[in-house]
This record gives sequence, C-alpha cells and structure tokens, in this order.
Amino acid sequence: MTDPVLDLDDLGFETGAHLLVQRALGDLAPGARLGVRGRDPLLDPHLRAWCRPRGHTIVPAGGPVLAWIVPGGADRWSRAERAGDPGGVAAKAPAHWGLAARGALVEPGGPEPAFDLADRDLVWAEIAPALYAHAASAQWDPATAIPWDAEFALPPDIERAVVQIMTYLVENEQAALVVPARLLARVHPHFREVAQLLAVQAADEARHVEVFARRAALTGGPLGTSAAGGRESLTTLLTEPDFSLASFLLSVLGEGTFLNLLAFLDRHAPDPVTRRAVRLARQDEARHVAFGVAHLRHRSETDPHLRSRLRAAVERRHDALAASAGLNQDVFDALILLAAGEWSPQAIRRGHAAVLDLRREMDEGRRRRLVHLGFPDDEAAALSALHTRNFM
Amino acid sequence: MTLVMGAVAYDPKVVTIWAGFRAWFARQGFDFDFVLYSNYERQVDDLAAGRIDAAWNSPLAWIRARRLAGGRLEPLVMRDTDQDLTSVIVVREDSPYKDVADLKGETVGTGAVDSPQATLIPSALLRERGLRPGEEVAVRRFDVGVGLHGDHIGGERDAARAMMSGDVAAACMIDADHLLFVREGTLPPGGTRVIGRTRPYDHCTMTAARATPETDRFRDLLLSMDAADPDVRTLFDLEGLTAWRPARTSGYALLERAVDDEGFYDPAGAVTAPGYRP
Ligand SMILES: [Fe+2]
Ligand SMILES: [Fe+2]
Repeated sequence: MTDPVLDLDDLGFETGAHLLVQRALGDLAPGARLGVRGRDPLLDPHLRAWCRPRGHTIVPAGGPVLAWIVPGGADRWSRAERAGDPGGVAAKAPAHWGLAARGALVEPGGPEPAFDLADRDLVWAEIAPALYAHAASAQWDPATAIPWDAEFALPPDIERAVVQIMTYLVENEQAALVVPARLLARVHPHFREVAQLLAVQAADEARHVEVFARRAALTGGPLGTSAAGGRESLTTLLTEPDFSLASFLLSVLGEGTFLNLLAFLDRHAPDPVTRRAVRLARQDEARHVAFGVAHLRHRSETDPHLRSRLRAAVERRHDALAASAGLNQDVFDALILLAAGEWSPQAIRRGHAAVLDLRREMDEGRRRRLVHLGFPDDEAAALSALHTRNFM
Repeated sequence: MTLVMGAVAYDPKVVTIWAGFRAWFARQGFDFDFVLYSNYERQVDDLAAGRIDAAWNSPLAWIRARRLAGGRLEPLVMRDTDQDLTSVIVVREDSPYKDVADLKGETVGTGAVDSPQATLIPSALLRERGLRPGEEVAVRRFDVGVGLHGDHIGGERDAARAMMSGDVAAACMIDADHLLFVREGTLPPGGTRVIGRTRPYDHCTMTAARATPETDRFRDLLLSMDAADPDVRTLFDLEGLTAWRPARTSGYALLERAVDDEGFYDPAGAVTAPGYRP
C-alpha cells in the first residue's frame, strides 16, 4: 500500500489549507498515513499547530514530502446519533437533541436544555405543518391592510361603544398573545412546526393588539373600562400549565367563542376601520381554533382520559370564576348599542335581541366543537354552559 | 487520603475544568480535590514544601520546582498537545527583515516577562543569533498576566498587534498562536512572515510532590481517560488535549538554558528575575 500524498501547492493554513488536509484525512484508508507537500513557507509550523490539538501525529519525511500525518485522536462523531428523521417526528424528543435540527447528526456531550413538552402527543397535530404554512402566507400588514384614513364620523355614543369594545378586545388579545408565547418556550424544538405555529399565532395576536388599540385611540377620546371580572377570567388562562388544557381553554373554547363575537362585530361595525380590523382578526382566529381542535383530536385518540380532564378543567375554571362578575357590563351594553345603531326603544330592543342571538351562536359553536372532540350532546351542552361569561 | 492538586486560575474556565475532573475522579472512586493559585510561584512554593500532593505546572514552574525540591518530585503526565512545540519570530510581509540577524538595532515585541513561549525561549533564540536583548536588539515586553507564565495569551496578542501597527519590528509567539491570530483576524492572512523558529520544546507537566500510591493511581486514571467518552471529551476540549501522555522531562533544555541566561531563577530556585512581581 502506498500512502497518498497531498500537494497543497502554495496554499497555506492561513488561507484554508486545512480543508484539503481534512478531506484527504477523511478519505484515508485505515492504517494509512497522509503525506503533505507544498510551498507555503509557514506550512511546517502551521501543519504541526493544526494537527496537535486534533491528536494527529507528525512524522518528518524526506524529499518533496514535508511530513507524514498519522491520524489520531478520538473520533468525536463515533457516538453521535441522528436527532430523529427529518421526514417525521419522533414520539419522544430526548433533551440532548436540544436545539439541533431534526435529522441532524448530534455530537454527544452537549447541553440538555429543559424543554418539558418533549412528547409528540402532548403537543402535536398532523395538521400543524400545513397550518403553519398557511399562517405564514396569510400574514397581513396592519399599516396597509386597514383603511386607517377612511373618512367617517360616528355619533359620540356609538364611537364610545366602539372604543369600549376595542378596549375589551385589547385585553383579551394580550392574554391570547401571552399564552402561546409561554407554551412555545416549553415545546421541544424537535416539534418545530408546533413552535413555528405558536410563534405565528403570537405574532397574529400582536397585530390584533395593535389594530384594536389603534382603533380605540383613533378619534382621540379616552379608552373604555377594564373590569376586574374580565381580567380575572383571562388570568386563569395564563396559569394553566398543561399544553392540551391551555389549548382547550384558550383556543377551542375562548377563541372559538371569539369567532362568533368577531363575526357579530363585522356585521354591526359602524365604520370601515372597525369592520376591516375585526374581519382580519377573525381569519387569524379561525386558524388558532383549528389547531386547538386538531391537537385535542390527536391527543384524545391516544389518551382515553383526556375528555374527563378537559371537563375537570372547565369545571375548575368555572369554580374559580364563580364569584367574579364575568363580562364587563360596559362591554355588554356597548354590544347592544352597536347592534341597535341608535337610541330609540325599538332599536335597543333589536340590539338586545341581537346580543342574545350572539350568545346562542356562541353556545352552539362551543357545543359543536365539544361534540367534535367526542363529548356526548348533553355533556357538551353542560360544559358549554360553564364557559366563562367573559367569552374568553 | 484525598489527593490535592494545585492549579493556577489563569482563566475562569479553570474552575469548570478541575471541578469536572474532580467529578470524573469521584465516579472512578478516587478522592481528588484541587486548590487554585493566582500565580505559579506560590503554587511551586507549596508543591516544593509538600503542602499539596501534585501541581499542574507550567514548564517554567516545573523548572523552578525541580530546583527547589530536587529529585523528590515525580513527573506524572502531560497533554499530548504539550509536546514538541515551537515558537516563531514574526515580521510583517512588507518589512525588509529576512532573518533573525536582520533585527539588529530594532525592537522586538515579546509576551509577558514570565512567558516561556513568547519571551524566554524566543529571547534565547535571539541571543543564539548574536542579538542580546537590551544590547544588539531592544525588547518591548507586553506584560499581561504576569505570574501566569504566559498562560494568558493577551501579551502575545498585544505584541502581534504592535508588530502590525509598526510599533515593533517583530513579534514572538508560539506557532499555534500565529495560526490562531490569523484565524481570529488579529493578523491578516498572508500579511506576515516567519523569520525565526525555535527548536521544539515541551510545555505543561503534571508533577507530584513525591511518588505515592495515590499519585500513581492519579497518573494511571489520567492516562486511562478516553476522549471518545463525551464526559471526558468536554473536559479535554476545555483543557486543550486529546489524550494524556506519560510525562517526559527531555523537552525543557531550551527553557532551562533561557532561565539561566536571563537569570530568571537562580540554581537553587529563588526568583531572581529583575522586575518580576507576580
Ligand atoms: Fe386574536
Ligand atoms: Fe387567537
């Protein structure tokens, strides 16, 4: 066997010679050594300096060959493993895969970051990659997607009602931003589509916060009220540590209920800015609900006890909120006035009826989704009735 | 009995390294602990007096320890990367110097006063070529981390920068740091030439105050460490080795000579270097 000789010509280690040496060492047959020749005046000291920390031995040579490299050192990749399969997700993602790309060759001995949501079934839905792709393509620019400059003048009471509703929406959107953002930080990066989806969901909510806050301030009046009961309801969402239960309470029940509210506001919006803002927000919310429902369907297929835990979560939250006022009365009244459009008794009666219809639609929507998750009709009805009066 | 080893805290990572080794030794059932020193001279004093069982010594520390304690000392291991190092004298590519002798009348930048690789051994090379520091050639020392025996490479890097900016005609550094300085951008690729290179020498060495069954076990365990083990490799990467080798004492002749010529230590191991305050 003749040992190969690498000719570096005038290439030195200051300008990349290590690439050629590394490649040639990789191609070396077991037991062989690599000769190196070249014309860079610093080749000898640099070759030695490069080989030393890698555990390769240098043997001086004669003639045109400057030195022989005897490969040594431990192969740091000998105990490496693939971080799963790039084409599919693993049932469990070990901590030591950490931040590595799915399918990457992972050098052992690295950090083990604490991503506690590391079981596929705890976070996954088959639809997650497709939903993420859709979410990414459906992002809109608050600056241009909403006709901020549209001319309109509302009666002061109607404007105040809009501002009250916007004030309420902002606090709900802020809760809806914090919940996915918190969960996202706990999802093992192996399940990256879920993390990506939650990131876009949080970005959606950031836009909702922005546009509703901007509509509230549009005419320069003071903002509306924030009731203790509403914030109490939202705060219970922030404290749910279980991914599936949080997703159930926020997305399936809360955001599901909001789909009806936003459709109602679209119908009764008195100005083009409000209409456009709630319509765009509703499109985003539909995705949030879709992921929540798909995830819980996935989870319920593997966990026969899931439904009883979902039920318990709703009951727990109901009990926690039993003493609170629920929906801000100012918001309720503003919804009636918005649907009424004016102050005549007939109009107010119409507005009141419209808000009762809205509550019925919300209840039907929740029951439909609960049945879709496998709850029997009567149980779905009972649970829907326990949902927070704050809507979210 | 706990084997207590001294190490010099030249960098915060020293704590990570030796705490890691301590945990590794504990897993092997070996009772090991370490103490940290701010400089090598105090560590050597304690090793020679037997106040610690072993010391992770710089080459200069080894030389002084041997002068202080004589044959009682037992060299144990060294890193594979501590053997056969060279230092280089570097000039700018566009400078007129072709050879060490061309530096006559010029200023050469070195590392800290106590750096074997960037000051003492290169100075010996200058003397060998007829340029006595302070006589035929001026020396500008970059005293960073005095007392750390050159473990802190800040001085070497400052000398390299001064050479590039023209403050000194040449800079002294270990061969690997020349490559490092090019890679990190301190020196431009192809912007420097090497006009002098020392003969190979050895660097750090683990020394026992005297051979005991504990120090034998300590040596054997170190030699058994396998870089393929991820726990070991993390420590090796930090400490900069791929395997421990049995210690040899044949690689310190250049430095012994330099220490004598420079009057750095006297034959009994007293610190005699003028202006050296670790
Ligand atoms: Fe939202
Ligand atoms: Fe949402």
